Amino acid sequence: MSTPSTEGGGAATGRAPSLTVADLRVVYEAERPVEAVRDVGFTLYRGEILGLAGESGCGKTTLAYAINRLHRPPARIAGGSITFHDRDGGDVDVLALDDEELRAFRWAKLSMVFQGAMNALNPVMTVRAQLRDTLLAHRPRMSRAEVRRRSEEVLERVGVDPGRIGAYPHELSGGMRQRVMIAMAMLLEPQIMIMDEPTTALDVVVQREILREIVRLRDELDFAVVFITHDLALLLEISDRIAVMLEGEIVELEDARTIYREPRHPYTRKLLTSFPSLSGDRGAFIRTGIEEGVEA
Amino acid sequence: MTTVHVRDLVKEYATRRGLRRSTLRAVDRVSFDLEPGRTVALVGESGSGKSTIAKLLMRLERPTSGSIDVVKEDGGAAQAREHRRHVQMVFQDPFASLNPFHSIEHHIARPLRIHRRTSGREETRERVLELLERVRLTPAADVVGRRPHELSGGQRQRVAIARALAPGAQVLVADEPVSMLDVSIRLGVLNLLARLQREDRLAVLYITHDLATARHFSDEILVLYRGRIVERGPADEVILNPQHEYTQLLAEAAPDPERSQSGRTVRFEGRPAIDNSRCFNHTTGEWETAGTAEAVGA
Repeated sequence: MSTPSTEGGGAATGRAPSLTVADLRVVYEAERPVEAVRDVGFTLYRGEILGLAGESGCGKTTLAYAINRLHRPPARIAGGSITFHDRDGGDVDVLALDDEELRAFRWAKLSMVFQGAMNALNPVMTVRAQLRDTLLAHRPRMSRAEVRRRSEEVLERVGVDPGRIGAYPHELSGGMRQRVMIAMAMLLEPQIMIMDEPTTALDVVVQREILREIVRLRDELDFAVVFITHDLALLLEISDRIAVMLEGEIVELEDARTIYREPRHPYTRKLLTSFPSLSGDRGAFIRTGIEEGVEA
Repeated sequence: MTTVHVRDLVKEYATRRGLRRSTLRAVDRVSFDLEPGRTVALVGESGSGKSTIAKLLMRLERPTSGSIDVVKEDGGAAQAREHRRHVQMVFQDPFASLNPFHSIEHHIARPLRIHRRTSGREETRERVLELLERVRLTPAADVVGRRPHELSGGQRQRVAIARALAPGAQVLVADEPVSMLDVSIRLGVLNLLARLQREDRLAVLYITHDLATARHFSDEILVLYRGRIVERGPADEVILNPQHEYTQLLAEAAPDPERSQSGRTVRFEGRPAIDNSRCFNHTTGEWETAGTAEAVGA
């Protein structure tokens, strides 16, 4: 398989890079080691939404965790580099950070909205307490009034009534919990947000509201987003560029329009025909007559 | 072949808030027919009453008022036992709907025995293998001994479908059968359902919040909003020419690469107060009253 260009697409030209991943390899050290991420390289630019598509087990989430260095044994980064280009100048070698530096780096520079974010909140703490914890962990000198002001501000940004700040997670709907998680990820104004399936399990109307919010925030705050999902239809709509991942490798990385109009890799083509179009014709969707294929 | 007539179906739940009691009308005067060889899609967001309708059809809940009549081929009404045998369900989550403790064989053999479709170990075994072949889980002899955790999500959903067919289902209620599956294997499962429907002339109720598959997979679409049907008609009509503002909202909210890549912007303005007291019927081309005349307070 030929190596795809890591700089595919013209959407990001002229922007400064925010994160460079080169030849990253993540291995699960089992009896027979599994290479979950193989020589992955890409550059994420400021203010860009980079979509990462692929089916379950292709290594999307492993990659996201590795960028954050949240991977746990038996997963191990076997090679490659992750470089964060700080807006304030200076490059940071993420793989070389020690524990204390890593603690400061995570969330403040690069934050993450986890898969199943709806259930990632602590059920026995109010939203207020969870936001306060996050702020004080990184900015211990922040005054009470400032903590309050900032907490209310982020909630307002994601469209949650700040009046609900005293609520426990179970008192909020799924969509609201999801927004609180996004608020939490924005709290420290990171330069990069990684979102792992942030809208799966929500219904379309709520999903649409949250997507609009993400795009609007990106426009206002100019952070970069890595948006991970298996839903290519969704990615085509919100991403500037899309990386398609298959068995641990990025097999195609292009701007969204090119991916949709001129997909090069057969797997991308397969993904594109795997969802029926709402307004177009049927594609691979055959209800009558022709036999369905058997999945692997 | 079995037909189901649903007329003015109403389901109310009692809710309590402190000492105050009130009733929540989850389903409000819903009527439709399920006929052999036809698929009806029930579309709506969470909380719209889709799954309540499924439960009522399965006799897992009793309707507050209205009727569900299951009519057999000879024109006679099906009794409770026949109803349970003829109307079968495929659940949303194949990871939860199969028992991790039991083998695949057990899952399919049990309905065969309970509904006395087979007698004796030999015959049961044969039927199980046959059903697995029908849902393309091959080699069947290899699959029977496995447990659910050894199968992928798509394969598990195929087991769930085989299990639903086992008692001799005539009517299939599929509640979000592919929403937990990876996009790339969804079509395989939907096409499987379509083939089984053709072969057995099944009546199918396809419950989903995905408008795109509803359009391609069904003959008729019913759009449900807050317990009431607000739009109904032939699938393509409802999706390509939506009349009710709620259907329009759903259509705009659904991702559609054709639209986004052609540069048309989505005119999505969130959810204003939506009226659910009227329903557009594409078959008659007219607005009708939905539910019990007055709108349910938003």
